Amino acid sequence: MIENALPDDPTPTPLKTTPLDAWHRALGARMVAFAGYAMPVQYQGVLAEHLHCRASAALFDVSHMGQATLSGAAAASALERLVPGDILGLKPGRQRYTLLTNEAGGIIDDLMVANLGDGRLFLVVNASRTDDDFTHIGASLPAGAQLRPHEDRALLALQGPAAAAVIARIGPAAAQLPFMGVAAVTLAGMPCLVSRSGYTGEDGFEISVPADHAESLAQRLVAEPEVAPAGLGARDSLRLEAGLCLYGNDIDELTTPVEAGLTWAIGRRRRDAWDFPGAAAIRDQFEHGANRYRVGIRPDGRAPARAQAEIVSGDGTAAGTVTSGGFSPTLSGPIAMGYVRKDLAADGTALHLIVRGKALPARIVPMPFVPHRYAR
Amino acid sequence: MAKPPSDLRYTKEHDWVRLDGDIATVGITDHAQEALGDVVFVELPEIGRDVVADEACAVVESVKAASDVYAPLAGKIVETNQTIIDDPSLVNSDAEGEGWFFRIELDDTATFDALMDAAAYDEYVGTLD
Repeated sequence: MIENALPDDPTPTPLKTTPLDAWHRALGARMVAFAGYAMPVQYQGVLAEHLHCRASAALFDVSHMGQATLSGAAAASALERLVPGDILGLKPGRQRYTLLTNEAGGIIDDLMVANLGDGRLFLVVNASRTDDDFTHIGASLPAGAQLRPHEDRALLALQGPAAAAVIARIGPAAAQLPFMGVAAVTLAGMPCLVSRSGYTGEDGFEISVPADHAESLAQRLVAEPEVAPAGLGARDSLRLEAGLCLYGNDIDELTTPVEAGLTWAIGRRRRDAWDFPGAAAIRDQFEHGANRYRVGIRPDGRAPARAQAEIVSGDGTAAGTVTSGGFSPTLSGPIAMGYVRKDLAADGTALHLIVRGKALPARIVPMPFVPHRYAR
Repeated sequence: MAKPPSDLRYTKEHDWVRLDGDIATVGITDHAQEALGDVVFVELPEIGRDVVADEACAVVESVKAASDVYAPLAGKIVETNQTIIDDPSLVNSDAEGEGWFFRIELDDTATFDALMDAAAYDEYVGTLD
């Protein structure tokens, strides 16, 4: 028995470390390999950390994620050639979720893009995709646009209903940000780039900070009475409850934005022009429907169904595959998401999940499993 | 956690075993529950099932992952602990007591003596990190 950290982790050795590595170990974190990094999977326990985030505020180290600035007058138009999002229309001080797509309409990665003004875009990409993404973006840049990775920066996420009150004490300007707003803000005297966003479904902030300030900032934040550190285990169960995709599990180069239910990330103007990679395939699915869709699933019993579990329809025919699944601490029961045939994708549809050879009854449910509580 | 009673025996699969007559009570060790983290689901074998040593016959799931629990010795399953079905967190809070999994009527009680004692198991766990 024992220890596989998160599903489907292809980990090369030796492991890289984040600027907070010593801090995690001093706090007694259990460290695991994830996307090539030694990362804290938990400190006190996944359940406690998860529930603390929903009730108060949790601090996550997400420095394994790739950060970069894309700059130059041509930056926005260059990025638009790679993503279906409206980047030219992204106003200074605003952030947007978007997708790198391939020619078949598959998803190379999902990422956040922020407009810092002065022709600078700030990108945050998935750890496991950083090298591929930056190579892909770099290879397509025209003269007049430069991509500069920030390996010298840490990334912290402060998430939960108390996050805004906490951040207001050390950087009042950050607490004024609207949802998906971004600004350069001084937090406790440290120069940070803060966005009001996250990956838990809660209100919160993602804070990019120079690596040599990361430990001071983390220590300052957990010194606040509302804040407890949380690891990748809670991050995964929180994002699953929020119905958010994990790249590599729920979306990948073989899934499209239409199948994944991410068509809202395709800009309206881009839907008129259909001028991004994979637009033909994505347009066809957008207009005529896809053959499968990502859905939320609730098993009827208490047994969790994990990623890769087979989904069968009521009549016993193959229906799809679970892509993320586990136990919801908030709902105190199992939840999952996966792809099912289009004729089975409606809410309320009964089906079965194959777990250890047994067919467990389950039904399709709307996502998120736990309502989002973003600042509005 | 309380120090485990000295009459327990242990396996490399992190089961503990207590023998009363020819009935072996089996659970997962405190080390195992600690490594698993918060237990949220348990699946137990059917009463009357014949098992061989090292056969997977129960499942324990934490928030993070599912793990098999193995029969430490050969015999027949005669009782299972329904309490941990209703409250899986007992496996964390009292792994080597109220958090037991199942009882086996052993084919051969002599096999019990071949298992590790507490000192040997502690030494074994020490080699894992």
